[in-house]
Amino acid sequence: MVEAVPADSRRQSLWGDAWQRLKHSRAAIVAAALLLLVCALALVGPWLSAYTVEQVDWTQATLATPPSLASGHWFGTDANGRDLFVRVWIGTRMSLLVAVLATIVSVVIGVAWGATAGYLGGRVDGWMMRFVDVLYALPYMFFVIILTVVFGRSLVLIFLAIGAVGWLTMARIVRGQALALRQREFVEAAIALGLPPATIIARHIVPNVLGTVIVYATLTVPQVILFESFLSFLGLGVQEPLTSLGRLVAEGALEMESSPWLLLVPSAVLASVLLCLNFLGDGLRDALDPRQRR
Amino acid sequence: MTAGPLLQVRDLAVDFSTSQGEVQAVSGVSFDVRAGECLAVVGESGSGKTQVLMACLGLLASNGTTRGSVQFAGRELIGANERLLNTVRGTGIGLLSQDPLSSLTPHLRIETLLTEGLLDRGLASRDEAHERALRALAEVEIPEPQARLRQYPHELSGGMRQRVALAAALMCGPQLLFADEPTTALDVSVQARVLKLLAGVRDRGVGVLIITHDLGVVAGLADRVAVMYSGRIVETATTDELFSAPRHPYTAALLAAVPRLHGVAQSRLVGIPGDPPQPSARSPGCAFAPRCDRAVERCGDSRPELTPSAGVNPCMTAQGDSIAARAVPLAAVACHRPLQDRAEIA
Repeated sequence: MVEAVPADSRRQSLWGDAWQRLKHSRAAIVAAALLLLVCALALVGPWLSAYTVEQVDWTQATLATPPSLASGHWFGTDANGRDLFVRVWIGTRMSLLVAVLATIVSVVIGVAWGATAGYLGGRVDGWMMRFVDVLYALPYMFFVIILTVVFGRSLVLIFLAIGAVGWLTMARIVRGQALALRQREFVEAAIALGLPPATIIARHIVPNVLGTVIVYATLTVPQVILFESFLSFLGLGVQEPLTSLGRLVAEGALEMESSPWLLLVPSAVLASVLLCLNFLGDGLRDALDPRQRR
Repeated sequence: MTAGPLLQVRDLAVDFSTSQGEVQAVSGVSFDVRAGECLAVVGESGSGKTQVLMACLGLLASNGTTRGSVQFAGRELIGANERLLNTVRGTGIGLLSQDPLSSLTPHLRIETLLTEGLLDRGLASRDEAHERALRALAEVEIPEPQARLRQYPHELSGGMRQRVALAAALMCGPQLLFADEPTTALDVSVQARVLKLLAGVRDRGVGVLIITHDLGVVAGLADRVAVMYSGRIVETATTDELFSAPRHPYTAALLAAVPRLHGVAQSRLVGIPGDPPQPSARSPGCAFAPRCDRAVERCGDSRPELTPSAGVNPCMTAQGDSIAARAVPLAAVACHRPLQDRAEIA
């Protein structure tokens, strides 16, 4: 017998193990720390400044003032004289919220739908995937516009709408993987053990597709952020005085020559969020695969 | 167990509908497995051995259909609903599959793999299941079971993985174990170990149905043998009889193709000429006839039925006249011109 294994550690889950492995990936940890910092700033940042999101500062010489410590406008002000520091963190808060919630919605529906269709196969698979094809055929801009008209404009609606569109691709990817996994011998062994289909899907199929799912989810986040700014641009998304990173970048691009900080600051925040998400996603994918363990 | 056999297979047939039409993979297969007995099904690749197991467990590919009767402990499995099948799978019949590398889910710990059957059915609490997993690993002679439970399948050697798979198949206490070529993927020394464990399982009163193409495995473990060729059983006998006096020319040819260390020195190993027939293109006669050196004209025209061998206690007492209750002979051969005695093995 070897030395006793600590009694509580044997109950560690897949995620517990993944966390143990993730801790060894420096890039992922740095990315996670940066993301946490951005999230923290998005939460408390607006209170750090003396200004509010809709307050116009008439005391400056021009409305658009460059970043300066002296004026208290650390990131400068926009063309309307509003503090960019506050607006960036309000925008980050909005973008992250929409991105994370929409991605969760699309991952949950997409994985459940795709894994079920792929595992059950046959006629069930046919019907489930034809349903996906039909939804694919709907022009989703149109779909979102109808939703907004029917239910009125709301934040919840935006991420539900985006998520409801995003799960289709996820379902197709997961279904393809599940279809291949179903043929594997360990799935047969699980069936021969008398496990019900729901358990087999949840325990033997889904964890095997998580790597792909995570990579795809990290790709979805920037898409969602951009899609949200597009919706806002059409007047269907976030409205003034609230803002989002996508909107800030779009507005900043208009003033690029006269006041470059309006473009640079929100772009830098957006880029670092996306970069961190990619590194974290990459690390997470490796961490979820026990064979990658060193 | 009651007096009847644990597993009664009668007239089992498996068909696959493919793009080339209906293919008969298995037909007219009947056998019994009793508690504490090991039956080996021997045959070459494509003879339908594995499909017999899969049909018994309801695990056929979706284009396969099954006819006939499979009764496990008195319950009919052919055409049974998933609920009954899921009760029998794992708790009634355990399956040990060929490739220990791919039969263990790679991202699950050994502990999860061993205990999920128990936990999922609520047969044991977490702590009980943990204890039983430890004992199960010890039973299959895996050192440091406590540490192994926390490992993943890829961290174990091939032989260890197969023993873990055996432990997993036995966790829910099945009365019958299906072993599908359990030693094919292993090296010789590990093979011997796994076979010893299987013999131990049998000696504890579990019925073992082992599928193999390795006659060495049969000799060491099986009480009785059924030889399959082209989807049919061509000969059944006790292991001793089969090895000392094979009656079907195919069995004899198989035995002659095995190298021997003792006894009469053979100058060359004898192969069986030709290839086994494609399941889609079977002749009306004996499937082995084209490769058989004893074949006569009749062999190509009419298929010989499995008939009890002369001089052998023919069959158990019949229990009724339904298909399921019909008795099968313990020794039988399906050949128009069976070998009569040892002298005839050329």
